[in-house]
Amino acid sequence: MATTLDVPLVRSGRAHRRRRSTTVTVVLAVIALCLFVLTMMVGSYYVSPIDVVGSVLGLSDDPTNAFIVRDLRLPTAAGGLAVGVALGISGLVFQKLLGNPLASPDFVGVSSGASLLAVTSIVIFNASSAVISGSALVGALLTAVLIYLLAWRGGLSGYRFILIGIAVSEFMLSVVGYIISRAELYEAREAMTWLVGTIGQAGAGELRTLIGALVVLVPVALVLERPLRTLELGDDTAKALGSRVELNRLVLIGLSIVLIGLSVAVAGPIMFVALIAGPIAQRLTGPSGGVLAAGLVGAIIVLGADLVAQQLLPVPLPTGVVTGIIGAPYLIWLLATVNREGRGG
Amino acid sequence: MSVTVRAAAPVEQRPRRRSRATLAAGFVVLIGVLAVVCFFSITMGARGVGLPTIWKAFTDYEPTNAAETVIRELRVPRTLIGIFAGAALGLSGAILQGVTRNPLADPGIMGINTGAATAIVFAIMVLGTQSTSTYVWFAFAGAGVATVTVYGIASFGREGATPVKLALAGAAVTAILSSVTSAIVMTNVSALNELRFWQVGSLAGRYFPVFWQTLPFLVIGIVLALGTGRALNGLALGEDLALALGQRVRLTRVMMFVTVAILCGAATSACGPIVFVGLIVPHLARMICGPDYRWILSYSLLLTPIVLLVADIIGRVVVSPGELQVGVVLGVVGAPAFIALVRYRNLAEL
Repeated sequence: MATTLDVPLVRSGRAHRRRRSTTVTVVLAVIALCLFVLTMMVGSYYVSPIDVVGSVLGLSDDPTNAFIVRDLRLPTAAGGLAVGVALGISGLVFQKLLGNPLASPDFVGVSSGASLLAVTSIVIFNASSAVISGSALVGALLTAVLIYLLAWRGGLSGYRFILIGIAVSEFMLSVVGYIISRAELYEAREAMTWLVGTIGQAGAGELRTLIGALVVLVPVALVLERPLRTLELGDDTAKALGSRVELNRLVLIGLSIVLIGLSVAVAGPIMFVALIAGPIAQRLTGPSGGVLAAGLVGAIIVLGADLVAQQLLPVPLPTGVVTGIIGAPYLIWLLATVNREGRGG
Repeated sequence: MSVTVRAAAPVEQRPRRRSRATLAAGFVVLIGVLAVVCFFSITMGARGVGLPTIWKAFTDYEPTNAAETVIRELRVPRTLIGIFAGAALGLSGAILQGVTRNPLADPGIMGINTGAATAIVFAIMVLGTQSTSTYVWFAFAGAGVATVTVYGIASFGREGATPVKLALAGAAVTAILSSVTSAIVMTNVSALNELRFWQVGSLAGRYFPVFWQTLPFLVIGIVLALGTGRALNGLALGEDLALALGQRVRLTRVMMFVTVAILCGAATSACGPIVFVGLIVPHLARMICGPDYRWILSYSLLLTPIVLLVADIIGRVVVSPGELQVGVVLGVVGAPAFIALVRYRNLAEL
C-alpha cells in the first residue's frame, strides 16, 4: 500500500462509487415500484397499469377498479413493500453490527419469540388478528432484549450473541412445537400458516403502524449509516474515530428490532429475506452502498416471492414458502465466495 | 498410542487430566446410574408400578393384567429406544464436533432433521402412509440424503468442509427442504397433522416394531463410532499433523460422516428430531474426561441416554397424567444449560 495517497485518484474513486451506488439504488427503486404496481394488476381480474395508478391516486372514477385495486390488492402490495423494506434494512444492520453474514434476525431468534407469543394467542386464546399481531410484536421485542441481556458480558461479542440467539430460538421453537402438537387440527393449521408468513394477512391497523414506523425510522437509519460503517471497523477504532459507539449501536439495534417486530406482526416470520437482502444489495452497490438499497432489495424479494406464490404456483401458497427457495441458492453462492476468497475458516 | 494422547491436549489452557483408573471408575458408576434411571423409566409415569409387578411381567406375564401390559408393551420398548437413540445422538455429536472441530456441530446443523421431516411429509402426500413403522424408513432415507448433500456442498474447495462452510451448506439445504415441507403441509392436512406430532421429538408411542427396525443400524453405528476415538485424537491436532502421523484423513472423515449419518438417521427416525443432547453431552464429557476422544466417546455413550431418559421421565411426571414430549423438555431445559455453557466457557476452542 502506498504511504502517500493520490488525493485526486481517491476522490474520483469515491465519486465513481457514489455514482454507482446512486444509480443502482434508483434502478432498484424502479424495479420495486414496478413489482408493486404489477402485484395490483394481476389476479383473477386484470387491471391495466394506468388504471392501477389512477385508482391508487384516486384519479380514476371506475368504481370496480377502485374497489379491486384499493380495497383488495393495495393492502397486499403495500404490505409486501413495507415488510420487504423493513426486513432488508434490519437484516443489513444486524449483519453489520454483529459482523457475520449469518446474523440475520430470523437466525438469531428474534422471530422465534414473536412466533411463540403469536402461536400462543392463536391456539390458546383464539385471538383476533389484531391481537396476534400485537403479541408477535411484543414477543419480538422481549426476545431481543432477553438475547441482548444474556449476551452482554462487559461488551457485546458477535459470536456469543449469535450462539445465545440460536439457543433462545431453540427454546422458543420447542415450546411452539409443543403448543402446535396439543392444538386442535384447525388451530394447528392456522398457526402453521402464520409461521410460514404471508403478506396478504395483514390488518389495516398493523400495516399503517409499520408504514408509519418506516417513515420515521428509515431517515434515522440513513443518518446512522455512516456511524454504522465506522462500527464495522471494531469498537476501538470506532471510538478513536470519535464515534459514540454504545449510543449508536443501541439506536441501530433498537431500530432494526422495532422494524423486525412490526414486519413479523404484519406478515408473520417470513424467512430468509433479512438474511439475503443486505449482502445482495452490497454486491450490487459496492462497499459504499447500504441501507436504502438493502431495503429495496428486500421489497423486491418479498413482492417477487408473493407474485410467484400467488400467481405462478398451481395452488396459491403463503409468501414464506417461496422465500426459502430463493434463499438457498444465495447461501450456496455465499459458500462459493467463501471458497474463492480462502477464508473458509 | 501414547503420542496421540499426549499431543491431543491443547497447548494452552490444558484441562485437568484425570488418571485412567479414576475415569474407569467413573465409567462404572455411570453404568450404575444408567441402570437406576432405566428402573425409574420403567416404573414412573401416569401409572406407577412396583417392583413385584415388574418382576411378574417378565417371569409370569398375564396379557390381561393392564399394569404388566403397560410395562412390557410401552415402558420397556420406550426405555430401550431411549438408551440406544440417546447413545447414538451423543456419539454422533461427539464425532461431529471432533471431525469438524466445530463446537456447535450437531445433527440439526447437518440438515438431518429437516431431511427426515421432508421425507415423512412427502411419503404421506404421495403414498398416504400413516404408520410410525413406515415413517422410519422414509425418515432414515431423508436424513441420509440431506447429510450427504450438506457434506457434499460444504466440501467443495480447497479446505474441505470447514465449520463456516458446513453451517452455510446446512442452512441452504435446510432452507430448500423447509420450503418444500411447508408447501406440502400447507396443501395436505393429513401431512400437517402427522408432522406436528413428529416434529417435537418424543419417545412416547414407540413400540417394539420401531425398536427392532432401527436396532441394527444403531448397533452398527455405535460399534463404528466407538472405534473412531484414535482417529479423532489425530484430527484434533489439525489436518496437517494428522496426515504427518500417517492418518488417511479424507478417508477417516468420510467414514465418520457415514457413521454419523447412520446414527442420527436411525435415532431421528425412531424418535423425531431431538435437539441439544447431541450438542451438550459431548461438552459435558469433555469437561469430565479431558481431551482424549476415546474417553469422550465412552462417556457420551452412557451420559446421553441418562440425560435423555431423565428428560423423558421429567416429561412424564410434571404434567401427569398427560405428558410432555422429551424434545420439549430438552429444549426448555437444554437451552438455558447451553446458554450457561456459552457464557462461562469459551466454546470456540476445540
